Amino acid sequence: MEPMNGRPNFAEKISEFRRLSDEQRKDFKLKVGLAEMLKGGVIMDVTTPEQAAIAEEAGAVSVMALERIPADIRKEGGVSRMSAIKMIRGIQECVSIPVMAKARIGHFTEARVLEALGVDFIDESEVLTPADEENHIDKRDFRVPFVCGARNLGEALRRVGEGAAMIRTKGEAGTGDIVEAVRHMRTIMKEIRIIQGMRADELPTAAKNHQAPLDLIEMVHRTGKLPVPNFSAGGIATPADAALMMSLGAETVFVGSGIFKSSDPLRHAKAIVKATTYWDDPFKVLEACEDIGEPMRGQSVAQTPEAELMAGRGW
Amino acid sequence: MPTIGVLALQGDFEAHLAMLREAGAPGCEVRTAQAMEAVDALIIPGGESTTMLRLLRREHLWNALAQFGARKPIFGTCAGAILMANEVSHPQQESFAMMDIAVVRNGYGRQLDSRIVLLHPEPGHDAILGTNLEAVFIRAPIISRVGPEVEVLVRYNGDPVLVRQGHHLAASFHPELTTDHRIHAWFAASVRKHNSVTNSL
Repeated sequence: MEPMNGRPNFAEKISEFRRLSDEQRKDFKLKVGLAEMLKGGVIMDVTTPEQAAIAEEAGAVSVMALERIPADIRKEGGVSRMSAIKMIRGIQECVSIPVMAKARIGHFTEARVLEALGVDFIDESEVLTPADEENHIDKRDFRVPFVCGARNLGEALRRVGEGAAMIRTKGEAGTGDIVEAVRHMRTIMKEIRIIQGMRADELPTAAKNHQAPLDLIEMVHRTGKLPVPNFSAGGIATPADAALMMSLGAETVFVGSGIFKSSDPLRHAKAIVKATTYWDDPFKVLEACEDIGEPMRGQSVAQTPEAELMAGRGW
Repeated sequence: MPTIGVLALQGDFEAHLAMLREAGAPGCEVRTAQAMEAVDALIIPGGESTTMLRLLRREHLWNALAQFGARKPIFGTCAGAILMANEVSHPQQESFAMMDIAVVRNGYGRQLDSRIVLLHPEPGHDAILGTNLEAVFIRAPIISRVGPEVEVLVRYNGDPVLVRQGHHLAASFHPELTTDHRIHAWFAASVRKHNSVTNSL
């Protein structure tokens, strides 16, 4: 088989490799296709139609509608659930870019409701309180695409096996501390390189060690990348953070609390969009860094009690 | 050999670049006015048209792109076609008016309405493009009106989906997300032709 590098028919070749039926192939391609459209952009957390309008004006490629931004969930505690339908509808009506919303891990009924509402992407997210401590949602069964968080390659491939069309690092949402997103992105990229360098007869053991489906491990071996787009989330607070994640291999960034906890959200959001597009041009990133006011104060992950960390939710 | 640039502010520009490689016409990423000046033709990829418009304005690429379009060939897919239109609705937004077409953004609906269909070019164009084009529509715009100068190459449900005017080409779907590089090869060939004509003047 020819090498599968290059993107145009990547989804196609993966479908062929996984022996998907024609219907499954089209389904996979449409889901991954929307993720392709978001590349090189910034997806912003918003809690009101007004914030969504600011995000769109700043140049966001998509908005994530949620009831409270992660920094507030962290502060206020309680059970975090799927957002109020009225709020999501309000956001859908107010912007023309794709609207994403979060469902609790394993809560397939919340996901069905969001699908019925016509959201463009569902995030099965550790930021909300998990609904199932054993099973994630069987995402193959949905027509709407899903994004899921991961801390390492095995977790990413388990989610892809369940049907996720996009993977993002978990990072540590709501902290404004980039350290976990960096750790997760570096881990995923390093594990991909190790798999790539293995002999074919070592892959079954690698699959066992990563607790990941063998066919997906074989695909990573062959292509040197995840089978779906690889985005980054969790702690990105400044333009420099966004550019850092792009340099480490992220194809797009999610920014949650970083924007609406800053002193001037519109300016801050514009600067992050600029730094994400021009991540490999230090002069442009410099301009972006000059443009912002006070970033969110943040909370160091190292000083956060274990029980308050979100990345450990899901497996 | 002419070089085709792909506007890489945001979107599926990598897919276009890989497609150009397969079509035997390797391209390059374009993010600055200098890089744009250096290429002979441009592809505006799929992505979010609002994001691209804002970056074009803020990064002072607006005039460069408008002038480029007046002289050199451009191929836009989905968001790219929206930027090239002379009338954009749902909601209304500014555009470059490089082609006499009107587009309705997200005209086919949200992601749940995204679809893949097999299309056959209009009579007369099947000789160049062949038959059975796989068309991937993702939150696609509808081309709702075409002016008299515009040639419709492919239709879906009666709506134009691949159109040409002068040296410009626009598609409301994503040929870059398939295994079929006929449309890219055809665009590359028309760029070569355009170049040899303008160079001999």
